[in-house]
Amino acid sequence: MKILVCIKRVVDYNVRIRVKPDGGGVVTDGVKMSMNPFDEIAVEEALRIKEAGNADEIIVVSIGAKQVQEQLRTALAMGADRGIHVETTENIQPLTASRMLLNIAQSEGVDLVLLGKQAIDDDNNQTGQMLAALWDRPQATFASGLSFDGGKATTIREVDAGLEVLEVDLPAVVTVDLRLNEPRYVKLPDMMKAKKKTIDVKTLADLGVEAAPGVSSLGVRPPEGRQAGKKVETVEELVKELQARGLVND
Amino acid sequence: MALDADVLEQFIDQVKRLVTEKLVPNEERLVEDDDIPDEIVDDLKDLGFFGLSIPEEYGGLGLCLTDEAKIMMEFCQSSVAYRSRIGTNNGIGSQGLVIDGNEQQKQRYLPGLASGEMIASFALTEPGAGSDAASLTTSAVRDGDHYLLNGTKRFITNAPQADLFTVMARTDASTPGARGVSAFIVEADTPGITLGKKDKKMGQRGAHTSDVIFENCRIPATARIGDEGHGFKTAMKVLDRGRLHISAVCIGQAERLLKDSLNYAIERKQFGERIADFQLIQAMLADSRTEIYAARSMLLDATRRYDQAERVSEEASCCKMFASEMVGRIADRAVQIHGGAGYMADYAVERFYRDVRLFRIYEGTTQIQQLVIAKSMIRSAENS
Ligand SMILES: Cc1cc2nc3c(=O)[nH]c(=O)nc-3n(C[C@H](O)[C@H](O)[C@H](O)COP(=O)(O)OP(=O)(O)OC[C@H]3O[C@@H](n4cnc5c(N)ncnc54)[C@H](O)[C@@H]3O)c2cc1C
Repeated sequence: MKILVCIKRVVDYNVRIRVKPDGGGVVTDGVKMSMNPFDEIAVEEALRIKEAGNADEIIVVSIGAKQVQEQLRTALAMGADRGIHVETTENIQPLTASRMLLNIAQSEGVDLVLLGKQAIDDDNNQTGQMLAALWDRPQATFASGLSFDGGKATTIREVDAGLEVLEVDLPAVVTVDLRLNEPRYVKLPDMMKAKKKTIDVKTLADLGVEAAPGVSSLGVRPPEGRQAGKKVETVEELVKELQARGLVND
Repeated sequence: MALDADVLEQFIDQVKRLVTEKLVPNEERLVEDDDIPDEIVDDLKDLGFFGLSIPEEYGGLGLCLTDEAKIMMEFCQSSVAYRSRIGTNNGIGSQGLVIDGNEQQKQRYLPGLASGEMIASFALTEPGAGSDAASLTTSAVRDGDHYLLNGTKRFITNAPQADLFTVMARTDASTPGARGVSAFIVEADTPGITLGKKDKKMGQRGAHTSDVIFENCRIPATARIGDEGHGFKTAMKVLDRGRLHISAVCIGQAERLLKDSLNYAIERKQFGERIADFQLIQAMLADSRTEIYAARSMLLDATRRYDQAERVSEEASCCKMFASEMVGRIADRAVQIHGGAGYMADYAVERFYRDVRLFRIYEGTTQIQQLVIAKSMIRSAENS
């Protein structure tokens, strides 16, 4: 089995996000960037699938400026076999990204595409789903468990009602959730080895895709500062207060 | 060997992740259990922390000192007991072998030390020989193909965990001082070795020291590192590296103390204002930031020279003295900025305040560093 894992470079989850003064997005200059944490879980899962003998090649792909190669190198140091960098400085939205990924999934003939359930920067939660639709293949989103049998994958999904078990035919798209695994620490010798692994660079034209954003952002604002809370003396007072605000029934 | 800048950065990212996700959240457990959780020891092994300074051909990472120092400055932003566990394998526990051991000794021990499967301790100090280590009296008497070891070693870090001891013992009873001393690598299960009970220390719970007592402990002559009478020469060669390593540890601890202090100062309000807005608090924060910067700059200058094979004994002592005294001042200010909370065990600064006190004492007290620095200055002046 051949696995494609899609990774996105985002502002590190430890960074306190600041909105640009002109409202045109968030500040990324001089800010620490990392692999989207859900994508890291996807890479880890691919490695575990390979280590269990269920896959023989893991390809990682990332779309963006030259610097996304840092995140590809991290994935290669974790153990992925080779990378593909789609180089562009354009604003790439989920539909465009999924078109590129479709092209790569098809030309590489992969059996499984793993993605994070969403990227922590834009929180769109769309790319995996759009890719499955364009590819006309099954999808299983928010996977917190994943296993294989023959040409099928079984995923466990955490839904409001409990755990849903879904079986999909391969090739398929699976997006991963937080509790699927805990990504490994990368070892120094593996980081050095990763420098020798190949990263193929492609352009949008190579993939026959145009950036053509379909959604335009009107502005970005920081959330309102939190208001001071109110202290109450007794439980009765608390209940009254909540009732007055319509938060609990009388 | 120096790492490529991007690889070092990537590795430091991993260290930061380990510190924030595992080491800091487990600090209280470490204190409560007086031990490092097994899964954390496993992570440290996985990441190669036991062999930072051991050459690659023996399974270590073979880092240059500058890279090692940069890594320690991040790693030590957590409880220093974690560092203590890996400290002896990277320090004199293994470096004596790396520098003066023969090939057979290296093959036998270094891979186990690098992976962390084996723990090595360094046994120099004795009840009657501390700063004046060269006056040690533990004896190693030649007996055919063997030596018989007799004597007591004191305050030996990681002794309760140790599989190996690098022991400094007098092979020539008629030669006082350093020239009569040899170094030996002694396996901990050799008959004739007993451990005292764990010392009750001021701080650094989770890290252990104890006496190590040798009574007619019979070791093969092949356990000697280098020639007879060369023990101190071996020790001196690794001392500079050790002192610079400890300086990095102090800087890491200072960074953490300052980070906690700054966060507290921004959160805590008095007189209707954040205490961070009081200029007297700001002075403490600024002094601390400046001193850390000074220590870091000194250290990176000294490690760069060390890596270029310059002699840096004087600079290493300058760094060790300044960094260990600096972290003491910063710990004191950290407690002050925290007010009463800083005196309470609920806040990490109370614990760190006690933990960092050690740095001014071991690996040569501040007074001993002063002597080293001044004597070196005088010697240079006399020779010029
Ligand atoms: C937690 C801990 C872990 C340790 N781990 C190890 C270990 O793993 N292996 C090991 O071998 N040792 C270890 N040591 C021992 C440590 O290296 C010694 O404690 C240290 O060298 C000081 O020796 P001392 O305690 O005998 O103090 P002393 O030498 O008795 O010093 C007492 C005081 O006198 C001062 N003094 C001494 N000589 C002079 C002088 N000539 N001029 C001016 N002032 C002087 C000292 O600076 C100090 O202030 C450890 C100690 C501790 C506390």
